[in-house]
Amino acid sequence: MNSAARGEDAVRSALAALAPRLRPAARSISGLEPLSGGATQEIWRFNLDTTAGAQPLIMRRAPGGDRLSQMTVGLDVEARLIAAARSCGVPAPEVLHVLAPEDGLGLGFIMEFVAGETLGGRIVKAASLAGARDRLAYSCGQILARIHSIDSGAFPTLARQTPADLIEQWRAGYRRDSVRRPVFDLAFHALSAICPPAPQKACLVHGDFRTGNLMIGPEGVRAVLDWELAHIGDPMEDLGWLCVNSWRFGRIEKPVGGFGEYADLYAGYEAGSGSPVNRAMAKWWEMFGTLRWGVMCASSLAAFRGAAAGVERAMIIRRTSETEIDLLRLMEN
Amino acid sequence: MQDQPTPDEVLGAIAAFLRGTVMLKTDPHTAYQARVAANAIDLVRRQLELGASGEDAELERLEALLGRSGNLAALNAELADALASGAVGLRTPGVSAHLHATTLEKLRVDQPNYSGYLAVLEGCRDLKDA
Repeated sequence: MNSAARGEDAVRSALAALAPRLRPAARSISGLEPLSGGATQEIWRFNLDTTAGAQPLIMRRAPGGDRLSQMTVGLDVEARLIAAARSCGVPAPEVLHVLAPEDGLGLGFIMEFVAGETLGGRIVKAASLAGARDRLAYSCGQILARIHSIDSGAFPTLARQTPADLIEQWRAGYRRDSVRRPVFDLAFHALSAICPPAPQKACLVHGDFRTGNLMIGPEGVRAVLDWELAHIGDPMEDLGWLCVNSWRFGRIEKPVGGFGEYADLYAGYEAGSGSPVNRAMAKWWEMFGTLRWGVMCASSLAAFRGAAAGVERAMIIRRTSETEIDLLRLMEN
Repeated sequence: MQDQPTPDEVLGAIAAFLRGTVMLKTDPHTAYQARVAANAIDLVRRQLELGASGEDAELERLEALLGRSGNLAALNAELADALASGAVGLRTPGVSAHLHATTLEKLRVDQPNYSGYLAVLEGCRDLKDA
């Protein structure tokens, strides 16, 4: 792994050598461009040049290690998840290649580039997407039903936790922070009191299915992105998370992702899965998701005061109070 | 006595510089960071204006609720423990009003345009009008 190419020129040479194995007609690559680079994960865009023209591709890789945190699934598993989802009819990019050691690029994979809108604020407001928004909640229900039909037995390394485990895990995360937030304590108590049992039928759960992680075009969902929080659990978790107010981008009156209605999401899910949505359970997961996001915001304080200071992080921490008002609203109803 | 302009006025000038100059003359990524920085300055200005009086009122409510005096961190921890154990809850007199008032006061500083905050403010107005 130490031999993984670093820097743009080294990445370009390694990808050019790989080109013929991505598509037999491919001769070279062009237009290499880093889209984002974190401490451990990078995203690159490039064109694969074939006699038929240039095909835009994406490489996700980790030159020096592969997990963002203990909670993420790892890039090799992510590539397999995307391929499995695609074969179950979930809109997802085609994975062309999983990087091997001899490729000299570290761990990661290469997939088709899908164009579209991912910015939440535009998805919930842009006039050009008005037609897509009308059908999006139903369509998200259908897509989630397909995701939950993926054979979870093929992914034995994924985390498997009951709702009670998750409450304890996130409560412990909250209490590691020195600041006490009475609203969080109240919410943990309320969620524990009506905690659902371990699901009878544990499914593969996407884990971060929300506005911002869906690539949208005027015709609807083009791709479901960011599979790194996938795990085995209660399928209602994905339905609840999509409805957390933090992902409605100001459109509070549209509970599903800022674009749709609960009834449409549930109808799409029931049509796709053939089994009824447990509405009380979906609502429990919406509240749990709100609390989980609140704990995530609040617990960034240690990172901000440590190695990862930055104005943007400071402002995300100061969004914790948004989840507190949402929790109060959910508990009053 | 310190001279003027006031801290609030100086911060206002920095936010205007970030929005009016930096954001227009730089690459998209830096422009985005400059906007976040300007928003952060606005937050600090709101806290300088509202923070102290909000915390005084919070402490007063906590002392009334818990029947003893103390500092904000200690009383908050005591209320949090009572809520975590279920000893008190939203139906305990004063608790819901206190948690709402405290959270609304935070959002007034943190994110005064947040949809959930505006929805609760609207609800409070409707109650008063009724």
